[in-house]
Amino acid sequence: MYGWIFRHLPGGSAAKAVLMVLLVLVVAGVLLFVVFPAVESRLPFTDVVVGQ
Amino acid sequence: MRGLGELLITVGAVVALFVVYELWVTDMTQAHTQNRLRSELSRQWASAAPTVGPGTSSGSRPAAPTPGDAVAVLHIPRFGSGYAPVVVEGVSASALREGPGHYPGTAWPGDVGNFVVSGHRTTYGRPFNRLDELRIGEPVVVEVRDRYFIYRVTGSDVVDPTRTDVILPVPEQPGVPPTKSLLTFTTCNPKYSARTRLIVFGELTDTWPKSAGSPPELTGG
Repeated sequence: MYGWIFRHLPGGSAAKAVLMVLLVLVVAGVLLFVVFPAVESRLPFTDVVVGQ
Repeated sequence: MRGLGELLITVGAVVALFVVYELWVTDMTQAHTQNRLRSELSRQWASAAPTVGPGTSSGSRPAAPTPGDAVAVLHIPRFGSGYAPVVVEGVSASALREGPGHYPGTAWPGDVGNFVVSGHRTTYGRPFNRLDELRIGEPVVVEVRDRYFIYRVTGSDVVDPTRTDVILPVPEQPGVPPTKSLLTFTTCNPKYSARTRLIVFGELTDTWPKSAGSPPELTGG
């Protein structure tokens, strides 16, 4: 999977490495600011009120 | 096999990132939000906040706050002098991300009835993390625009999540008209679970005007 992505990125080895790091950062950003806030409300430890 | 290995490592990394998010990132976002709320509240208090209608006894409540508005500041000496979370209106998931939330429809600080506040035990600044350490008689101070309301802990309970009677005007006594100013905190219990709720009850024992400085409960007197 990572090998496939690496081979399909444009540029030389250095440019590919930079793009790879950027990709990882983008994925981490989407997880932190979109995915995790959405899924955490389904998890138990954020329930603090009575009556649900 | 190699693809499967990479996939499993990726899943592990995502789970680890989620743990980092819950344990640290939520605390950071909440600290940021609390700073914003604190400055909003001090600006609001400084600009001689409008009092609601005639006949209000305290003159310190915000006029019909909308969910997410800052309404009061909580001080609990047991948790240290730096403990001063801003209470917001509402107990929705988004309100509770900002800070402890005042249960809509329950009494205002100092009023006869039950001032109910829910807060996170873990994650999002975990304002109610150490709620289990409060003992009977210990002070809980609620700061509003012009005064401090000093409550004292009267007891605590661990109840089923469906026990809505703990937030009644007289907790656990349906239909009984309130005669005292009470306070109720709710949070999840045990930590990192939602199996039960930890409830702490308190009763108003004193009111201290801000013109007289800080109450002795906060200055260590």
